[in-house]
Amino acid sequence: MSEQSYEAYYVPHNSKLPIFASLGIFLTVFGIGNILNDMSAGTEHSAGMWVLLVGGLVLGFTLFYWFGTVIEENHQKLYSDQMNRSYVWAMGWFIFSEVMFFMAFFGALFYVRFWVVGWLGGEGDRGPSELLWPGFTPEWPMMSNPETDKFVGPAEVIPSLQLPLLNTALLITSSFTVTIAHHAIKEGNRKKLINWLAATIALGLIFLVVQGYEYYHAYADLGLTLASGIYGTTFFMLTGFHGAHVTLGTFMLIVMLGRALKGHFEADDCFGFEAASWYWHFVDVVWVGLFIFVYLLGGGPTGF
Amino acid sequence: MSAVIEHDHHEDHHHGPDKGLMRWVLTTNHKDIGTLYLWFSFIMFLTGGVFALVIRAELFQPGLQIVEPEFFIQMTTMHGLIMVFGAVMPAFVGLANWLVPMMVGAPDMALPRMNNFSFWILPFAFSMLLATFFMEGGAPNFGWTFYAPLSTEYAPPTVTFFIFGVHLMGASSIMGSINIIVTILNMRAPGLKLMQMPLFVWTWLITAYLLLAVMPVLAGVVTMMLMDIHFATAFFDAGGGGDPVLFQHVFWFFGHPEVYIMILPAFGIVSAIIPTFARKRLFGYASMVYATSAIAFLSFIVWAHHMFTAGIPITGELYFMYATMLIAIPTGVKVFNWVATMWKGSMTFETPMLFSVAFVILFTIGGLSGLMLAIVPADFQYHDTYFVVAHFHYVLVPGAVFSIMAAVYYWLPKWTGNMYNEALGKTHFWLSFVGVNITFFPQHFTGLAGMPRRIPDYALQFADYNMISSCGAFLFGFSQILFLFIILQTIQDDKKATNQVWESAHGLEWTLPSPAPYHSFSTPPKNLQEAHG
Repeated sequence: MSEQSYEAYYVPHNSKLPIFASLGIFLTVFGIGNILNDMSAGTEHSAGMWVLLVGGLVLGFTLFYWFGTVIEENHQKLYSDQMNRSYVWAMGWFIFSEVMFFMAFFGALFYVRFWVVGWLGGEGDRGPSELLWPGFTPEWPMMSNPETDKFVGPAEVIPSLQLPLLNTALLITSSFTVTIAHHAIKEGNRKKLINWLAATIALGLIFLVVQGYEYYHAYADLGLTLASGIYGTTFFMLTGFHGAHVTLGTFMLIVMLGRALKGHFEADDCFGFEAASWYWHFVDVVWVGLFIFVYLLGGGPTGF
Repeated sequence: MSAVIEHDHHEDHHHGPDKGLMRWVLTTNHKDIGTLYLWFSFIMFLTGGVFALVIRAELFQPGLQIVEPEFFIQMTTMHGLIMVFGAVMPAFVGLANWLVPMMVGAPDMALPRMNNFSFWILPFAFSMLLATFFMEGGAPNFGWTFYAPLSTEYAPPTVTFFIFGVHLMGASSIMGSINIIVTILNMRAPGLKLMQMPLFVWTWLITAYLLLAVMPVLAGVVTMMLMDIHFATAFFDAGGGGDPVLFQHVFWFFGHPEVYIMILPAFGIVSAIIPTFARKRLFGYASMVYATSAIAFLSFIVWAHHMFTAGIPITGELYFMYATMLIAIPTGVKVFNWVATMWKGSMTFETPMLFSVAFVILFTIGGLSGLMLAIVPADFQYHDTYFVVAHFHYVLVPGAVFSIMAAVYYWLPKWTGNMYNEALGKTHFWLSFVGVNITFFPQHFTGLAGMPRRIPDYALQFADYNMISSCGAFLFGFSQILFLFIILQTIQDDKKATNQVWESAHGLEWTLPSPAPYHSFSTPPKNLQEAHG
């Protein structure tokens, strides 16, 4: 391999971005920590809110400049094909780590459903549970918890074939629309790209509104809350983290729409868009898992 | 901030380092970041070491002498957390930063700015963790394994900062691993095949994969704790339908691969050093790669061997016992290969080789006590005793830590351009070797006799062995000041090292000048014959 045929790999000389990102992320979590501790201790006044505000702003602006810098460098043609492959690999492995994060919560759900509920009801060699909570009926969804005064069980749970089915349809559709938008980039059809990307964002936002309504309904009408025992715990943590990821994914797509409107993305140069769309597909797949294991096989009513 | 000083006017795309402090804060250079990681790790090693010496000072004699029990348990907790997350892991990441790009013929890490981000999160995270000593309620006091409900219902309020500290360390590890994995997969010099890579690169590839798989699970389990503490969820509260044992399952699903994260790069280091000083090629290169992969796979399916006394079903205990014993097979392959490499070699015993040979012997002792712990009925006796403490300190101190020291002596001439003082290095080795064994070997006996861990007082029959153990700990601890001195002396000195440094060293890094230039392999190397030894 001669030197002429090797495309130089772009290594920025140095950068102020990461140190500000580190500072921002530290202040953010330190602020949240203070707020949570004050909340749980019942004390009012604290600097936590200000620390969080400063940290969030520092982190937000840093990430904004960071992504802006990367886009600018790409437009200046500083990136070789090898550099672009680095981004592709990195995004893939990042999504893998996100999958493993959800695995922890799915694992907790399966463990509780398949083993803990029975043990609490006195099955197997864990008999003493029966002495502790003699009136407890092992069932899923757990409508009445072993310790009834500390954890007040839900009156009802969300039926699977109503709003969750609608949300499934919304997200699966959005996976197709984002793919059509991707094809539009490949065809060089900007109008089509913008329309289908906007449709994807709209579907994501409708999903979030529906889920917001579902949460409101659960808290206000059904008595299903984070504090209503293990069913509420697993339900809200799984769907909640998914919702947070949908929010982030929608935000990424909105950024991509802004870039598409500014004339970014070519058929052979659209990694930002592709990364956002992979993330979106990942979020969709997680939802399908949630729909099956939390709702459909969740033992609750179908409402159909 | 455009104070760029150009040392090399022949190739104007080659910048040298900036001057002053900002060089280290803003750097994107893999060698600078590797240096930062290694110094950070050393500072944490000394910090965690001081905590260990507080523990050993208290245990020097039975009865409460020096610290309160509340403070003692904070010491054991913080010693474990600092050593695992602050000393051993960052040291290996630092070595990967320095070595992987040079070993695969890459100009730098794949994503240099993110590399800086991965490092600079750590000082913030550990400052927050250490600051808990001065907060209301004191530092975390639930052991480094932070079992619920000790770490939820009965924890001091500082547990919140511990949780966020773990989140930050996890973010750092995930970004660091992505960088390493992408560097290895995408940045190899053209023509360098996977099966030609040095074993250190292979072991780090697999380690990075393990990190990406389990650090998010750790983030998940601390998030569950956070929710239980502040939002009344019931993950680990049986009263709400949860289960404290769930904590142990999720934690150890992270925790078991984690212990291999702390040993696989050590395997890579030793596999580089032993062939050099035995003046032979590594015996069984391919089987080393497959054995490492097998260990990584098995690490995901053995986690509950940490929980035999937690009340899991008997079928589960049997499965986890047999699965755990399987790990002895690939590990045995490795030990066999190292010994076979030394067999009939022309061996010399410079400091890196001394540490490596000690690694092979002492790590094997730790592995064998691990096999004993894997046996369910025996574990009922050993669980939470000093036998467990002896076991994991044998694999971590003369295992992981010795390999890091071996690596520092082995590559220090390449990093600084100077040879270290061999006589002092050997002195450091023998002091450490003797100190480690005096510290931890007697703990096997006190453990088998039933002395529980994490308790500041003990019954009188354990007094003699504990006194011996404490003496060894102080010997080992203070020997590390010599290590610091040797490193500083080597940086200051002017005993120029040659490019190859060691007569029989193979690998692309040895084709570079000593010290390695600030930017190496900006164009890929052509002669890949040297790639692996």
